[in-house]
Amino acid sequence: MKGEGWMRLRRHRAAMLSLWMLGLVVLAALLVPLFSPYHYAVPDWDAIFGEPRWQGGHVFGTDNLGRDMLVRVMWGCRISLLVGVLASLVSVLIGVMWGATAGYVGGRLDSTMMRLVDILYSVPFIPLVIVLSVLFGRNFLLVFVAIGAVSWLDIARIVRSQTLSLKQREFIEAAHALGVRTPTMIFRHLVPNLLGIVVVCATLTIPAVILFEALLSFLGLGVHPPLASLGSLVAEGVVNLQSHPYMLISPAVLLALIIYCCNYLGDGLRDALDPRDRGA
Amino acid sequence: MATFLLRRLLIAIPTLLIIATLAFVLLRVTPGGPFDGDKPMIPEIRRSIEARYHLDQPLWQQYLRYLGDLAHGDLGPSFQYRNTSVNELIAQGLPVDIAIGGSALLLALLLGCAIGMLAAVRRNTWLDRLGMSIAMLGISLPVFVIAPVLILVFAIQLRWLPPGDWVAGSWRHMLLPVIALAFPYLASIARLMRASTLEVLASPWIRAARARGLPTHTILLKHALRPALLPVIAFLGPAFAGVVTGSIIIETVFGLPGIGRYFITGALNRDYTVVMGVTVLYGALIIVFNLLADLCQAWLDPRVRLR
Repeated sequence: MKGEGWMRLRRHRAAMLSLWMLGLVVLAALLVPLFSPYHYAVPDWDAIFGEPRWQGGHVFGTDNLGRDMLVRVMWGCRISLLVGVLASLVSVLIGVMWGATAGYVGGRLDSTMMRLVDILYSVPFIPLVIVLSVLFGRNFLLVFVAIGAVSWLDIARIVRSQTLSLKQREFIEAAHALGVRTPTMIFRHLVPNLLGIVVVCATLTIPAVILFEALLSFLGLGVHPPLASLGSLVAEGVVNLQSHPYMLISPAVLLALIIYCCNYLGDGLRDALDPRDRGA
Repeated sequence: MATFLLRRLLIAIPTLLIIATLAFVLLRVTPGGPFDGDKPMIPEIRRSIEARYHLDQPLWQQYLRYLGDLAHGDLGPSFQYRNTSVNELIAQGLPVDIAIGGSALLLALLLGCAIGMLAAVRRNTWLDRLGMSIAMLGISLPVFVIAPVLILVFAIQLRWLPPGDWVAGSWRHMLLPVIALAFPYLASIARLMRASTLEVLASPWIRAARARGLPTHTILLKHALRPALLPVIAFLGPAFAGVVTGSIIIETVFGLPGIGRYFITGALNRDYTVVMGVTVLYGALIIVFNLLADLCQAWLDPRVRLR
């Protein structure tokens, strides 16, 4: 993970560029709403549907209620990134524990746990989250706990197969000979060695979750107005697409940029941390 | 083979049961019911309506009744569309979804494989970089951004194609929804295909084929294509699930009369039977398609054993 992996990541130009871009977006999302004279929720009836221009301060224009699009888009980034990171954390936590336990303990427990994963794979997962968010619509926290709770399946599978090969290694045998108990074995000896693959999974889960939240908001099931996420801003943009296309462009570009960067970063991390298909 | 099919069938039943149960429980813990309108209803009318749909019975009885009907292939009456059963709604909507989803999957498969293979053969040239950047864009752009942008450009600005609506059998009405639905999966397949082709091209039997002086296209199509397709086939299961659920969005954006629209309005109006029926249908479709993908994989690669 450290040292060599970081060096290899540094040489991956697209990944480094993505890392910088992401940093920039996060910084902008944090700072712009703090220093902008406009508020994301306060309408300005004199500035309805203002085209983007430098003079007057509305760089991204204003929406149908005269609210500054720049501030709203940056708030959207905040929400989307927050949801992405938190929900990914949830799914990584569940996935790692599930996969490591199944892989290490093995036997009947393993086959039961993985059979459950197989079953959950067949569950139509967008419709269920739609149902969930209709249920818990008023409680935003539950929506992304739900997203995180269902997107751990891939991670569990990958972690399990990695655990199976780690199990054969000498240090596990040594720990076993010293009488280390199973939970300690999993958390102290296995999980730290899975960190590389987990980091890769997490970076690739974040964009998936962001897309998911955007989808929910697009359907009107995510954040509640006046708060905005990139998905709900895109939805507003689609409504006004014919007359005011700029309302779609700024949130859509930022959404695509965040996901594009996360994907490239994940790719770079995988190349850097997984020595198997280096050079491919 | 027979044991494999039997085993999969045996897993499919509890899977569908879990999906149905999950949907049932989730819907029923929701506050609000299908007949909570704006106006308060006269208690007698309300009671008789609820009795008609068996909503007055205890939950476990409703659950068992639903499962019993489900076992007979009856998804129950819709609460929102009076005098229409969920089976009828699905029978109306499904052909549209099959047309759109099937074309999208086919397009993604054919074009994705072609682009991926081309990128692998022309590795590290501008062609490869261009193809892979577009593929990355396809992965990064959500369907609900692609679709409106396509409408804006091709329907509103250029006026080449209709912006939405559905006319049975008209390819012009299908083109934009199919492209929008296919693009993310096309991109994923192209990336998978590129990686697997690269791996295959480095293998000894390809070198042997080259040494025998076979022309490049023979090597690619006769020797490399089949093993390179394996990861793509494995991806088809999840891709199908994505296309099925992605069609919900496509239908909303383009105003198509598929089942996704019923699902969304059903979820908002607490139309229990519609939501459960569509969810179970999606689950069943995904199970069948995963099975097909596995069979396909075993057919392509004799080393894959069906267990």
